[in-house]
Amino acid sequence: MRVGEIVKVSGTVVFGRGIPDIEVGEVVEVGEEKLIGEVIRVFEEDFAAQVYEPTSGLKVGDPISGTGKKLVAELGPGLLMNIFDGIGRPLEDLIKLSGPFISRGIKAYMLPRNIKWEFKPTVKAGVEVGPGDVVGEVQETPYLVHKIMIPPFMRGVLKEIYEGEFKVDEPIGIIEIDGEDKKLYMYHEWPVKIARPVQEGGRLPLTTPLITGQRVIDVLFPVAKGGAACIPGGFGTGKTVTLHQLAKWSDTDVVVYIGCGERGNEMAEVLTEFPELQDPRSGRPLMERTVLIANTSNMPVSAREASVYIGITIAEYYRDMGYDVSLMADSTSRWAEAIREISGRLGEMPVERGFPAYLPDKIAEFYERAGRVKVLGRPDRIGSVTVVGAVSPPGGDFNEPVTTHTLRFTGVFWALDADLAYSRHFPSIHWLKSYSLYADSIIQGYVEKAVENNPRLREIWPNVLEEYPRYRVEAMNILTNASEVESIAKIIGEKALPDDQRLLLLTNELIKEGLLRQNAFDPVDSYSEPERSVLILKAIIDFHRMAEKLVRENVPIDRIIESPIVSRIKRIKLDDRKFDAVVELLRDIRDNLSSIAEEYRVSITF
Amino acid sequence: MGLPIKLSDLEGKVYRGIREIRGSLVVLDPIPGVVFDEIIRIRAPDGIDRLGRVIEVSRDFVIAQVFGDESGLQHDSIVKFTGSTFEIPVSPDVVGRMFNGRFEPIDGLPKISSRDTRDINGNPINPRAREYPNDFIQTGISAIDGMLSLVRGQKLPIFSESGLPHNRVAAQVARQATILGREESFALVFAAMGLKHDEASYFISQFRESGAIDRSVVILNLADDPAIERLITPRIALTIAEYLAFEQDYHVLTILTDMTNYCEALREISAAREEVPGRGGYPGYMYSDLATIYERAGIVKGKKGSLTQMPILTMPGGDKRHPIPDLTGYITEGQIILSRDLHSRGIYPPINVLPSLSRLMRSGIGPDKTRDDHKELSDQLYDAYSRGVKARDLARIVGEMGLSDRERLFLKFADLFEKRFINQGEYENRTIEETLDIGWEVLSILPPEELTRVRESTIEKYYYKAKAAFEGIEK
Repeated sequence: MRVGEIVKVSGTVVFGRGIPDIEVGEVVEVGEEKLIGEVIRVFEEDFAAQVYEPTSGLKVGDPISGTGKKLVAELGPGLLMNIFDGIGRPLEDLIKLSGPFISRGIKAYMLPRNIKWEFKPTVKAGVEVGPGDVVGEVQETPYLVHKIMIPPFMRGVLKEIYEGEFKVDEPIGIIEIDGEDKKLYMYHEWPVKIARPVQEGGRLPLTTPLITGQRVIDVLFPVAKGGAACIPGGFGTGKTVTLHQLAKWSDTDVVVYIGCGERGNEMAEVLTEFPELQDPRSGRPLMERTVLIANTSNMPVSAREASVYIGITIAEYYRDMGYDVSLMADSTSRWAEAIREISGRLGEMPVERGFPAYLPDKIAEFYERAGRVKVLGRPDRIGSVTVVGAVSPPGGDFNEPVTTHTLRFTGVFWALDADLAYSRHFPSIHWLKSYSLYADSIIQGYVEKAVENNPRLREIWPNVLEEYPRYRVEAMNILTNASEVESIAKIIGEKALPDDQRLLLLTNELIKEGLLRQNAFDPVDSYSEPERSVLILKAIIDFHRMAEKLVRENVPIDRIIESPIVSRIKRIKLDDRKFDAVVELLRDIRDNLSSIAEEYRVSITF
Repeated sequence: MGLPIKLSDLEGKVYRGIREIRGSLVVLDPIPGVVFDEIIRIRAPDGIDRLGRVIEVSRDFVIAQVFGDESGLQHDSIVKFTGSTFEIPVSPDVVGRMFNGRFEPIDGLPKISSRDTRDINGNPINPRAREYPNDFIQTGISAIDGMLSLVRGQKLPIFSESGLPHNRVAAQVARQATILGREESFALVFAAMGLKHDEASYFISQFRESGAIDRSVVILNLADDPAIERLITPRIALTIAEYLAFEQDYHVLTILTDMTNYCEALREISAAREEVPGRGGYPGYMYSDLATIYERAGIVKGKKGSLTQMPILTMPGGDKRHPIPDLTGYITEGQIILSRDLHSRGIYPPINVLPSLSRLMRSGIGPDKTRDDHKELSDQLYDAYSRGVKARDLARIVGEMGLSDRERLFLKFADLFEKRFINQGEYENRTIEETLDIGWEVLSILPPEELTRVRESTIEKYYYKAKAAFEGIEK
């Protein structure tokens, strides 16, 4: 241990002197209480460290010592169902050590040391093993099998491998590396700021949709497994609820949820709710596939950066086992602000709204850790990390550095809109401002999934695979055209519009109400199965096409607006018969509009 | 300033001499052993003691921030280093007392004497130790109870503008707030930052009249008190509130007003330190700083009490995007926004429910808590009211005659909603049942097929009854 002394304390940044070989990124222990910090700059004589705990009480001359280690995450069984603070300490252990309020200088291991895991080897002693090779399995939760892998950069001959119950710090085998015997454990440490390696050239194209059960996302602006999405919105526009919905319903094997600089009660909500909710695919509690990281807004600022890196490292680790992982970070703006604050305390030159020039690099580095890849080691496996980052732009104005830089490095933009939120249209993802660069390559996968889930879809809609993309485009066109009509209606009033334009407004409202708007807290509506979403889209567009024919034959639009089928379409998503209800609705739309046609003696066949 | 204390009576080291005085910041020589964040006392030749806090220590200098009046400070002053961070004594005796912004009594009674002290910065609540808030608080105000329900342990601010009756609304909440089904009252912790004398005496007389004063702790930093002191006033208040809630089992309602004055003090100190200014000149760390105040609300597992916060802030220029309301809204669990438009049309309380929000509402309402229809009803009221307001905007351009029949109906609804549901007396205390019934009455002027946010079964249960009742009233 190399010990130096403190020469200056300025908020969370502490300057030290007297350790010539200190390096950037090294973890230091600061003061008598051994507060944890990380070296961020090395100057000629001094060095600066950001401290992850409140610095009150430190003084010039106090010891500061280098640990020789980087900030690492412990990776092994025991991560799932757990909740950590920004530097990876389990919050449960902190309660045991200091009660309900977090005090300073507490140390805790990231992985539990008291749990024994049932380890089953999958290879025999004597084989040569290399980075990423799976050597055994642990049933971490009833939901997920944790693969025990040889850590990256380790290669040798597996001399011994045991079977039975072990704690994470008990050896499960012996590996001979360059003639030297090393113990093999179920866990290893990884420096969180470095992306975990994958096979060379192992990045794969993104072709599978992440199915979220949120119609506006799945149908209009889908994200690919391994992709990255940005969700900016002012306060009260529903960022957090949307992220919670994604964490609940996304069809990935593991979910990492980072509460970065946000509310404590929101983490309490996740902790109360997730153990109660069931995963729609496995029927197991959602908590069994979830890892939570909580650095709430009143916890130390400097730990916000660490929380984001710890989260993505855990996500990569499960990806390396060959799983699909999704990571939600709420909110990346708080992380960027922490970077700004530290930069300010170092006296660096700000370039844009106080942010340092290297902000875009940091954002890019983070989002580039998303991806779908061939992972290291045998057997061959493919895993993915999908990243969804919330952004909290000041004043709800998207034209600010964190939003604009994030958009450069992500493929999906879900723009949350304050006006929609005020009229309680949630999710308030605005259909004209948002986009998805993945849509073209993954919508086919989505509709295939819908057919796979419920083959009846194909009976009801025989050409669904070919027609669905066209229906989707048509919905987008209606929304776009209707917004133009709406702005005219704002000036002359809706009554003064011609009937075909009023129909456009009607269908626009049906799409908004029946398809896009979704109640996260309604048991029937919270998760919309692909087959149901696909069929609701069909119902609305079919209605539009038929009504268009009627209007062309001079059937008054008011007659169509008055029809009870309109409010049925709006309410169909709440019907607890789900898919079957939409099947029935399709038939009723046809019957209903046919009878209107008869009423006006118009001969049309739908 | 209280009784003059001899510096020699205080523990700690004494030094003589200030190197530089920059407004409320003083630069001192590098004195060994000075700790970051410690409290100092400075006595200038004028004999007045001032409190200060060390905000930077280094080998070359020490910087401290002075609470209190800096005029009179000179190079030849005496500085006492107390060696401890800002702590206050706590005891159950604080209830019923009044203090200034530095926690000195102003009610003529003796100081709180207790060996039990607490650091005013507190420690963050471990998120794992939080109980998710779900106890509905009935405030008796329909706009809040029906549309923006407050729950115990929530932090719900009022965003107002100068000249709007935010003080009256806050006082009404303080008078009427009860937990539904249990006639428990709240202990009140009231902290004023830069409040005018007449505003402060309004609150105190309100507390006196309702008898709440006996279960209140009042901490006053008034408009003519030192601005820098405002940085510690809310922290003192919350330290007391936490003590009462989590150690003495009280359900505490904390009113902090006006947070805008607090933020201005923060900006002043940041400017004096020559920090890189953020939006509007406010420091970049204002979000984190405000969070250390607002996040001190909540319920802790295994503790009987709770801490509910209602901060009040006036939006400069009525602009919700101003950094103060903006950052506050990102931290608090919703916001109650007062509107000048409603106020000028004589609606009290002038709460504009559309941009207002209570994030914890849905956990506090429903079948076993308020009533089974509460959630759907409020969704439907929001939806219909926002359509009505849109129609009203349109009518300003095309005239009411240019509206379609449907739009005209929604416009009529919006007017009725404001007049009957939002509008109520300052001393009118509506039960949640009454609030919800009025909600159905105003909805009953819309045909049932327009109520697409409500289940058909809910319409069956409430709509027709309300329609009949309302038509009776109309006649």
